[in-house]
Amino acid sequence: MRFASTLALKNIKRKPGRSVIMILLAAFLAFSIFAGSLVVLSLRNGLASYEARLGADVVVVPYEAQTKGALESILLQGIPGYFYMDESAMEKIRGMEGVEIATPQFYLASAKAGCCSVALQLIGFDPETDFTIQPWIQESYSGTVGYGDVIVGNHVSLPLNHSLTFYNQELRVVAQLDETGTGLDNAVYASMDTVRDVIKNAESLGFRYLGKVSADKAISSVMVKVADGYSTEAVMNDINVHVRKVEATQSKSMISSIAAGLSNVSRIITLLTVMIWILAIVILAVVFVLIANERKKEFAILRIVGASRQMLSRMLLTESALISAVGSVLGVGLAALVAFPFTDLIRTRLNLPYLLPDAGTVAALVLGALLASVLAGSLSSAVSARKLSRNDAGLVLREGA
Amino acid sequence: MELRAENVSRRFFRNSGQANYFYAVKDAALLLTSGSLTEITGRSGSGKSTLLNILAGLLEPTEGRVFLDRVDLYSMADGPRSELRSRCIGVVPQGQTGLHSLTVLENVKLPCLLYGEKLSDASALELLEKVGIADLKDVYPNELSGGEMRRLAIARALVKKPAILLADEPTGDLDDENTQKILRLLRQEADEGTAVLLVTHEREAAAYADRLYRMDGGILAEASAQ
Repeated sequence: MRFASTLALKNIKRKPGRSVIMILLAAFLAFSIFAGSLVVLSLRNGLASYEARLGADVVVVPYEAQTKGALESILLQGIPGYFYMDESAMEKIRGMEGVEIATPQFYLASAKAGCCSVALQLIGFDPETDFTIQPWIQESYSGTVGYGDVIVGNHVSLPLNHSLTFYNQELRVVAQLDETGTGLDNAVYASMDTVRDVIKNAESLGFRYLGKVSADKAISSVMVKVADGYSTEAVMNDINVHVRKVEATQSKSMISSIAAGLSNVSRIITLLTVMIWILAIVILAVVFVLIANERKKEFAILRIVGASRQMLSRMLLTESALISAVGSVLGVGLAALVAFPFTDLIRTRLNLPYLLPDAGTVAALVLGALLASVLAGSLSSAVSARKLSRNDAGLVLREGA
Repeated sequence: MELRAENVSRRFFRNSGQANYFYAVKDAALLLTSGSLTEITGRSGSGKSTLLNILAGLLEPTEGRVFLDRVDLYSMADGPRSELRSRCIGVVPQGQTGLHSLTVLENVKLPCLLYGEKLSDASALELLEKVGIADLKDVYPNELSGGEMRRLAIARALVKKPAILLADEPTGDLDDENTQKILRLLRQEADEGTAVLLVTHEREAAAYADRLYRMDGGILAEASAQ
């Protein structure tokens, strides 16, 4: 084995041009495998997180919000939205058969004016009935969200106990949430009482977001949990038929439209990764065959001094494994340099929930990409190794003499 | 130790088809014994190198057998046969046979590296001295002349003190002075107990040989002894 590694290293060192080309090929392969897998996993992770954060079976919004797709814009991209309805709609929904819980949410974006310290989306929830935001808050904050308190999303860069001003109302940051990979990371969360006072301040400053709806009774959406034994679709249809000027949607259908988009992107990335993998194996194999022809004499000399065919194969495989390993580390490193700092850009470009996997999964991905690349190198050199070791040493030397 | 070829033949097919073949070596019998230098001469393409490769365990004969003492070389698997070649048979092949990734000194030590044997630089240098290229020990083969490369191959073949030495045109590319030096070295090896086979075109080599053979059209025949 020492012979194989010693000669392999010397060959790599003495043929820098050839070695660099092969290292770059291996790096390209590892880059595409790691980056491709990371994006696909992050998209899947993002969807799971989005599904978990949505939490409700049925989402009810004012009719005009649904037609504009405004809710998805808020949830996915954090694009500010203003749509309101009277809370009487929620009362009606609560009284309907099959509705176990119905809880309101209120969306308000800060204005680009002196009254607001930062540009943010404010999401209000009712601590008494909320079943979607509070479980998430509890993952990172065990206290209660009192009047004037806000919890900030993961991408909001504000320190704890920092004050921020929303339409001249002072709010205090009490906690920061875990990342979701969606627009929810760019929002801040407060109780409905707090948000109602903020909207009153906004009205007094001349911002008319509510239209004809009274500030005390305005809500943006109703999150509905369907009771066991009832069909989500039936409850949704019931709401659409019996509650005026609202549109009820099954959250499953919101997810499925995103899932379809995600599935397409994932499929394309997976296909590209597989194609690159096969292409790299073919290119590496061709390179190895070309090199093999150039190295026929070298192998013949080794046979003459006593190397067995197996030893020669081992030497070539060691050489390709070393080259692939160096290239893979380079490729994975480069992919990490691109994929991690540009996570936000990738998320914006893809317009899909995008949440990086945890450190353990990333480590497994790194290992997988390294192994796949080294395996590709070994596979592509195996044919040449076999062919080379079977050449007739005496004849090769006579041809090349 | 002795190396014995019993009626070995090697048939090659021409590219034009299976029915079209020729014998590079036909029914050759040869015995190389310890302490003797055997010389084979003949024209190019007469089958000398093919026979040498068969004797080295590198090219399986289509007929006949080759014995190293009592061991039938071609009844062995490639691994053990290669190991046996490394241990007992030194081969000086035709052509320029230095590994380009290794220095001259590393090339000479290569047979020892294969099976993890230790060899001091001093021992390898001593051999390089004998063949006259000690001052080139750190040079890579692409900087060597044809003659220097031949001497490198000879030093490498002798590095494990083989019982059998098979040298194919070892003095090709050498000037008269170095030719004599190498022929004397081979004679000395034989005198110290090695069974030496010398395949050559050199007329003066006959003066160093114990037995002379001539090969013509694949047929090996004993020539007049010295």
